[in-house]
Amino acid sequence: MTRLLHPTRRGLLLAGGAGVLTAALPGYVGAQAAPIKVGFQLHRTGIGASYGRWYERTAQAALKVINDGGGINGRPVEILFEDDATDPKRGAEVVDKLTQSDGCDLVMGTLFSHVVIGSAPRAGELKVPYLVCSEGYHVASGMLNRWTLQPGITDVRSQISAMAPWVSANLGKKVTMIFPDFAFGHDHRDFFTAAMQAQGGEVIAQIAIPPTETSFTRYFPQIPAETEVLYHVMVGPAVLTFVKELGEFYGSGAKPQIFGFIDSLEAVDTATPGLEFLEGTHFWEAHNRVKPADAGEHEAAYRTAVGVDDNGASVSDAADIATYSHMFSTWETLFAIKAGMEASGYAGPADRQKFVEAMEAMTDLPYGIERPQGAKVFNGKTHQVFGTQNISQVQGGKLVRVHQTSLADGAYEDAVDYTTMSF
Amino acid sequence: MAFGPFLLLALMEGLVTSAVLALAAAGLSLVFGVMRVVNVAHGEFYMLGAVLAWAVSAVVPGPPAVAFVLALIIAPFLVAAFAAAADGLILKRLNYDPEATIVATIGLLYMIQQATLSLYGPNANPVQAPFEWRIQLPWFGYSGYKLFVVVAACLVLVALWSFLSRTKAGLIMRATQIDRTTARAFGINVDRVYMGTFALGAGLAALAGVLIVPIQQAHYLMGGDPLLLSFIVVIIGGLGSLRGTLVAALFIGLSDGVISMFFTPTLAKILATLLVAMVLVFRPQGLFGAKA
Amino acid sequence: MKAWTLHLALIAGLFAAQFLLSPYHATNLARIMVLAVFAMGYNLAFGYTGLLSLGHALFFAAGMYAAGLSAQFWGLSAGPALILGIFGGGAMAAAVGLLALRTAGVSFMIVTLMFAQAGYLTILYFGATTGGDEGFTLPAATRTFLGFDLSTDTPRFLAALTIFAAGLLVSLVVVRSPFGRTMVAMRENEERSRMLGMNPFTVKLAALAISGLYSGAAGAAYALLFGYVGASFATIQYSILPMLYVLLGGAGTTLGPFLGAVLMFALIEAASNLTSAYLFLVGAALVALVLFAPKGILGTVRERVARWLP
Repeated sequence: MTRLLHPTRRGLLLAGGAGVLTAALPGYVGAQAAPIKVGFQLHRTGIGASYGRWYERTAQAALKVINDGGGINGRPVEILFEDDATDPKRGAEVVDKLTQSDGCDLVMGTLFSHVVIGSAPRAGELKVPYLVCSEGYHVASGMLNRWTLQPGITDVRSQISAMAPWVSANLGKKVTMIFPDFAFGHDHRDFFTAAMQAQGGEVIAQIAIPPTETSFTRYFPQIPAETEVLYHVMVGPAVLTFVKELGEFYGSGAKPQIFGFIDSLEAVDTATPGLEFLEGTHFWEAHNRVKPADAGEHEAAYRTAVGVDDNGASVSDAADIATYSHMFSTWETLFAIKAGMEASGYAGPADRQKFVEAMEAMTDLPYGIERPQGAKVFNGKTHQVFGTQNISQVQGGKLVRVHQTSLADGAYEDAVDYTTMSF
Repeated sequence: MAFGPFLLLALMEGLVTSAVLALAAAGLSLVFGVMRVVNVAHGEFYMLGAVLAWAVSAVVPGPPAVAFVLALIIAPFLVAAFAAAADGLILKRLNYDPEATIVATIGLLYMIQQATLSLYGPNANPVQAPFEWRIQLPWFGYSGYKLFVVVAACLVLVALWSFLSRTKAGLIMRATQIDRTTARAFGINVDRVYMGTFALGAGLAALAGVLIVPIQQAHYLMGGDPLLLSFIVVIIGGLGSLRGTLVAALFIGLSDGVISMFFTPTLAKILATLLVAMVLVFRPQGLFGAKA
Repeated sequence: MKAWTLHLALIAGLFAAQFLLSPYHATNLARIMVLAVFAMGYNLAFGYTGLLSLGHALFFAAGMYAAGLSAQFWGLSAGPALILGIFGGGAMAAAVGLLALRTAGVSFMIVTLMFAQAGYLTILYFGATTGGDEGFTLPAATRTFLGFDLSTDTPRFLAALTIFAAGLLVSLVVVRSPFGRTMVAMRENEERSRMLGMNPFTVKLAALAISGLYSGAAGAAYALLFGYVGASFATIQYSILPMLYVLLGGAGTTLGPFLGAVLMFALIEAASNLTSAYLFLVGAALVALVLFAPKGILGTVRERVARWLP
């Protein structure tokens, strides 16, 4: 009896050896196959860190659901996270590390455009599938390579174009845009201006704000008096200042209709003091933060899995608001990986090309627990997925969905055909 | 909006920028002037002030004004204590060698930033202002709290000036700045003066952070810009001159707002940056510094 | 003689390393060598001439964009693009030096910092051409040299090694030449040097220009070898990076920059395997280093053990 409690080293070694032999026996003891390793390029530090946090949580939640369901091709799945510090140089190094040093089958997860563009060449050289969760137009614009895909989230060009019909019909036709003076903001400026023109509207002023600006009041006088709609999409730590100062500037007096992208308020509570003037204004949301009354049947299960309550806050901390309109991209990308690997019979890194080809063959992706944000259609030529968007209004301090766009609203002509390129 | 009100708004905004900049830069000017070292982590003390203000407001119940006043006392004190420790443990051992101090404070910057990220998180959290008061002018609305910040900064700077020129401690500090060796010969404990100066500089930066946080948010990367701007202000004002620092802060804060009225913002920033460089190139001692 | 043997041995060792290391480590070594060239340039200005600059990211970016834009828009292949990059960095450094060298000390640091900030903002301002903050990827066809594809492991490593070796040996020649001694004289005592008939301004300008050539070479090499050009390389952290490498490895030593680059890389790799808060460990390491080995590693070695180390 004492022997069991105080094993000798020899005893341990013998026991261990027996264990290894047992584990090697196939079938009888349900042996574990080698896991599929998904490399995740995560913004754990740097300017993208607040998104990175929720990306990590959502990815872990999706991983659990996938593994509970038997994994992929009968193999368990692991995610290896590496911090890219939201920096392009480090991003490329991380792709390298995940692929060559950590032995991952593919890499996913990047959000910020400049990191995606900085990392994509290396992914192409290493011939590893690189699935970004970035909502950037760079994938579908043809700037990257055939190994880059975005199957988990619609890109900004589609999102922005889809807004114009409703805005023009319901809010007004003369728009002033306020956007950050870098690529993300320029995309908004260019695509929305074009989309409004197509609707018979007009963008009468474009106010670009420099990237490091912390105070915005001095820009507001540039808003023309005849503005019917004020369109804003500020991002970064200063967004709350932007919204507060906008409120201070207008007060309770006359103000144009206001339409913003929830990027301005991701991870921020709409009921925060100082944001009262947002009452009645509208926002684009990819995935409604506050659970709509007519939400899909899988919404509740998704929220439970990722730990978000019906108001869009963390279940463990009501003050911790999720980046709900972006984080689903990691969940859906993981399920897309599952579908692609199963369709191509993926067995190992030698099948990476078959995996990409299987992804390119995907088209309709119906709503389900794999796609909690909504049904989608994947364009194999541009490597970009397309889905519906939502418009919500702040009512009583909460975002309430008032409109859902159609897939046609956000469609645009293909700018590239990756399938004609070599791998 | 007509040009007049537009200019007024730009000036008011510029005044607020100047006020916060003056506070943050005053701390750096002291450290720079007395100790002759470059503290690359200065912006992080500012950030710590803001983050600690948020922490206080999260813990203290009751009206926001109570938490704010407490934060005004606690945050600068804690940050000053931390800075004193950093000085004693690190900077003193380096004998205040300029290059070594730069490297050490860069290391300190990384440590403070990462610790804040780990403990406080990556989000930009808001802190409620002690009072909500919206001033309605005929052409636009403005935050009353912002004007309070200007007043508060003025008061603090007046207090600082009185301290430096009227008290014995201030006299000792100024003496050490003028000639360290002679000061030591007069029996002044230069090491202790240095520690006190470093702590005071950090405390001032933290105070600026507490004042600004209801306007901006507390974010772990918020120290970068103030660092850059503080250096510009101190150098342009002239090394060792607090008055120069204040004038430069006023000049830079106001002109930043006005220039961006006439040029696209990015171009305005380019021009402003080059302007600063040119001032230094053609008048290296700054506006009020003694000619070397 | 000892110095030459040491340097050539290092180069030979690096050449052999590509066969001994895994592809992952070899590619990282290529990255390190390119960044070491950057650091060697910085060392010439800072370590030897005493110019504390915080604007070297501007020269790196000048080289990077000179090479990248000419490849993108004119279809230049790697050889000509690299040459353009080298001269781009040098020209930028000379232009900045003409103005900035009228100041000294901390003012010089701020002025160079301001020019670098203006450069970064200019890249953003002309975003339609430069790609702005997003940057752009280089077309594969331009990343070739004499028929070798620089996006594959061996040509990339050899290209990086060649550029590094050239930079290292040139720096060895420079610092041991009379001009090199003049640079050090400027650092040690400018007034006395002036009395001896040297012209501080021209010496410092030349040193800064050479430093710019190195930085431009590194920037162009990074673009051509790794395929990406972006504004993030013009930010202040890329001015701090070479300074860190130099101070870590030993300012005023020829091999210090390379050693610093290797160690920083290794430190970040090791720390990121241990914890997600690896920047904290990096910061702590810097503080420890500066407390206990302030002349940098090779500087301390030179002081204590090997006085002949250049």
